[in-house]
Amino acid sequence: MADDLIARVELRPAGGPPRAVALSLGGDAFPIAVLFGPSGAGKSTLLRCIAGLERPAAGVVRWRDRAWFGAATWVPPQDRDVGFVAQQGALFPHLDVADNVAFGLAALGPAERARRVAEVLDRFDLAGLRRRAPATLSGGERQRVALARAVARRPSLLLLDEPFSALDHPARAALRADLRRWVRALGLPTLLVTHDPAEAMAVGDTLVVLDAGQVRQTGPVGAVFERPCDAATARILGVDTLVAATVLRAGAGTAVVRAGDGELTVSAPEGLAGRVRVCVRAEDVTLRAGNPGAEGNGAPGRVLRVDDEGAFAVVSLDCGFPLVARLPRRALRALGLAAGDAVFAAIDPSAAWAVADG
Amino acid sequence: MDWNALALSLRLAAVTTAILLALAPPLAWWLATTRWRWRHVADALVAMPMILPPTVLGYYLLLALGPRSPAGALLARLTGQSLPFTFPGLVVGSVIYSLPFAVQPMRASFARVDRELVEAAWCLGASRLRTFARVVLPLSRAGVVAAAVLTFVHTLGEFGVVLMLGGNLPGRTRTVSVAIYDQVQSLDYAAANRTAGVLVALSFALLALTYHAQREGTPRWPTT
Repeated sequence: MADDLIARVELRPAGGPPRAVALSLGGDAFPIAVLFGPSGAGKSTLLRCIAGLERPAAGVVRWRDRAWFGAATWVPPQDRDVGFVAQQGALFPHLDVADNVAFGLAALGPAERARRVAEVLDRFDLAGLRRRAPATLSGGERQRVALARAVARRPSLLLLDEPFSALDHPARAALRADLRRWVRALGLPTLLVTHDPAEAMAVGDTLVVLDAGQVRQTGPVGAVFERPCDAATARILGVDTLVAATVLRAGAGTAVVRAGDGELTVSAPEGLAGRVRVCVRAEDVTLRAGNPGAEGNGAPGRVLRVDDEGAFAVVSLDCGFPLVARLPRRALRALGLAAGDAVFAAIDPSAAWAVADG
Repeated sequence: MDWNALALSLRLAAVTTAILLALAPPLAWWLATTRWRWRHVADALVAMPMILPPTVLGYYLLLALGPRSPAGALLARLTGQSLPFTFPGLVVGSVIYSLPFAVQPMRASFARVDRELVEAAWCLGASRLRTFARVVLPLSRAGVVAAAVLTFVHTLGEFGVVLMLGGNLPGRTRTVSVAIYDQVQSLDYAAANRTAGVLVALSFALLALTYHAQREGTPRWPTT
């Protein structure tokens, strides 16, 4: 029984244009596949169609060897055997924590149900909160209860719709790590929707980049973030600078490109030629003060402006092309950089990645 | 003071409320959630008894339930008695007359239940019926209590429908409001005063109870 998920749906909302969203995942995408994309990409819609909370006008939804939706098939959400966690958790306000978790276990006998509730509450560190009302819980606690409630039924597929987006930063970070630990321990295939790159990185195994209803790229999370397949995907993934360049010489996995007035050695896929964009993350740019003729891979330039970003500073440069560097504020102070200063922006060839322009 | 009439009115109100507590929730839930394109027609039909003059409603019910109408004839054959001018006839009239007072508060409460909670219940395997019983109804307690009390008080005070459909048979169809009318007709103002006073006190007490129940409603999420 392979963990194959296919969801190709078309929706025709009243008073809106029709939309199509398609996704196909093989078993190697799990345990945690992350559906990532800008708002409006169709992530949540797709998740709701998979859960059976939305009924598409046409299409197919299949999980493992079962069709959940098709031309003549409609399986209601009750019979889909999924766990679903919404942004705000959707805990039943009139039931305490233990009763919320027990809600989905109606089919079990009382003894077995009590045993399962205790087990799940323990696993999610909620035993101390079992008689608390949801309204008295913190946001992080509520999401943990929602997760415990969804998992208690031992569903075959766990669907999480931006489950941490309503939380403040420390709670979010803690819950991400917990989620990864729990889901891996349970071996439960999980599809998580998010528009937060940090969340995708922290939680996911596989990253699916969705834009305007279409999958742009699928792959291991780290690989997709470091090696986006094209310029549009790079923008969605939050790459800070996309340098317009032309390929001069291409080698095995690398290429020499002309960018502005200089040359750069960058990583590149096989067979890349012509006009390209070089993806450079601001963290991967190293600045050296003055010394415009410095040795190494990079480009001389001038500081346009310096912006504070908490512990980091963001330096905008003109190197014949616009470039952004992010460095710790201490490092910036050591360099003593200000607007107008000459600098050399060093770029590690392995950290710069060229993609076809488009 | 016509204690027989008061007892009959209380009995009528209790039976009507009990029947509507069974009939109104499914109807109100359907009205609150349906996407049927003619739902406004259903809404209007349910609300009709609220704006129709009670005598008009009573008149049509008298015709519909009378032995000359097909429905009335069928009922008479099934039950062995004709409904007009009987207590069961009054119950039928009261149920229809008070329907909007039971349905509207429930419908409003049901519509306020967060859809996410309903969806969460579905994804936890709860059937639509179980979702309604375990999630929607408990979260709509205030609305259901309001519906019950409004129905009860409204039935207690009805006059036109009762008079048209039930007539004025002491101990069988003479309700408390008809009794007051009789007392005034026979210029017995003292008795009318007492009966009316009891009705006012009772209605006020029940309404106060409703508002109390609404104040004590299920805690909602803190709005942040």
